[in-house]
Amino acid sequence: MSYLTTILPSLLAGLKTTLGVFFLTIIGSVPLGILVSLGMKSPYFTIRWLINGYIWIMRGTPLLLQLIFIYYGLGMMGIAFPRFEAAIIAFIINYAAYLAEIFRGGLQSVPRGQYDAAKVLGFSKIQTFFKIILPQVVKIVVPSFGNEVINLVKDTSLVYVIGLGDILRAGNIAASRDVTLMPYLLVGLIYLIMTAVVTLLLRRSETVLNTWR
Amino acid sequence: MLEIKNLTKKYDQNVIFKSLNLTVHDGEVLSIVGPSGIGKTTLIKIMAGLETADDGEIILNGENIDIKGESSDTNIGMIFQDFNLFPNYTVIDNITLAPINVNKQSSSKAVEQGQELLESLGMLDKANLFPYQLSGGQKQRAAIARALAMNPKILAYDEPTSGLDEASTHQVADVVKTLKKRGVTQVIITHDQPFAEMVSDRVFDFATEVKR
Repeated sequence: MSYLTTILPSLLAGLKTTLGVFFLTIIGSVPLGILVSLGMKSPYFTIRWLINGYIWIMRGTPLLLQLIFIYYGLGMMGIAFPRFEAAIIAFIINYAAYLAEIFRGGLQSVPRGQYDAAKVLGFSKIQTFFKIILPQVVKIVVPSFGNEVINLVKDTSLVYVIGLGDILRAGNIAASRDVTLMPYLLVGLIYLIMTAVVTLLLRRSETVLNTWR
Repeated sequence: MLEIKNLTKKYDQNVIFKSLNLTVHDGEVLSIVGPSGIGKTTLIKIMAGLETADDGEIILNGENIDIKGESSDTNIGMIFQDFNLFPNYTVIDNITLAPINVNKQSSSKAVEQGQELLESLGMLDKANLFPYQLSGGQKQRAAIARALAMNPKILAYDEPTSGLDEASTHQVADVVKTLKKRGVTQVIITHDQPFAEMVSDRVFDFATEVKR
């Protein structure tokens, strides 16, 4: 027990990085994902082509590689970001691509008649999107969105590759220094707590959204 | 008064109707009948601004309705075949959403007006239910109230009795007659000939009176 209290401060310091990457990625990738999903329906071929290329690259290469490219690769080309910022950029553009595909599916599931009804009642396109379509999309995408959020909790551990000290790295250091598996167990437990919190929040939002069908 | 003059609609080479002329007088109930798939719904979609026409004009109270640009004004209210209520809003919110956001009415005034409409349709006790909690006939009356809240000059129904049993069909007929007494001009697309004869002042046969 006393051993746990000695390693806990360094784990919590790592946790701060983990949570920072987690929350900033959510905040950045959700609006970007919505924009990208709308761009996929653009009447302009060039925009659709660019967006499809972007999604292909983001989903077609490992996030680990994208992290390396944005931090080391762009750094070598003279576009240098600090480690944390590089990690946030990589995570946001990667997750936005996955979320865009999820939102696109959600947008497609809203029946055409909803747009017709809104139009006949005189709603502008922006009002139609925000007041009528988006709430229905949100309800449709919550389960798959939740999956991505839980993946993100664990994916944050990839930031070690560009030298950021997240919770897994803190556990790793303690484990090799003290030749014990205890830090790993503790780290695993903390990940489980984080995913449990996310799961509970998602369940609650599903319950709230189930007041209508 | 609504005047449709020489209206033509084609999909590529496929002529849906040609040089269609039709006049609907104020306060009149006009039924447009004919078998499915001959373009009745296309006609009211053009009137409501959801489809474009290739030629001709539609004039409502002396003003031309844009039939080329798909731009929609709220002069023609529409009751869709499957109602298209917004599932994420309660009945009263479905009704007040457009008056508040489009007409910039105060929400208290919009709610008051919405409740009056629901009352007149015998739906006041359903105001706080969501669409999924309503029967087919109730959904339809909610849709009628939603359209009327925008004070359209004409109310257009697309197949209002499809999927309704006889009792509900009679209720729709009652609603149409009630609205007629209040002076609402109504255009009803239907393939239900007995219903059309029961409610309307005039029946327009789309199968025989339209050129193709």
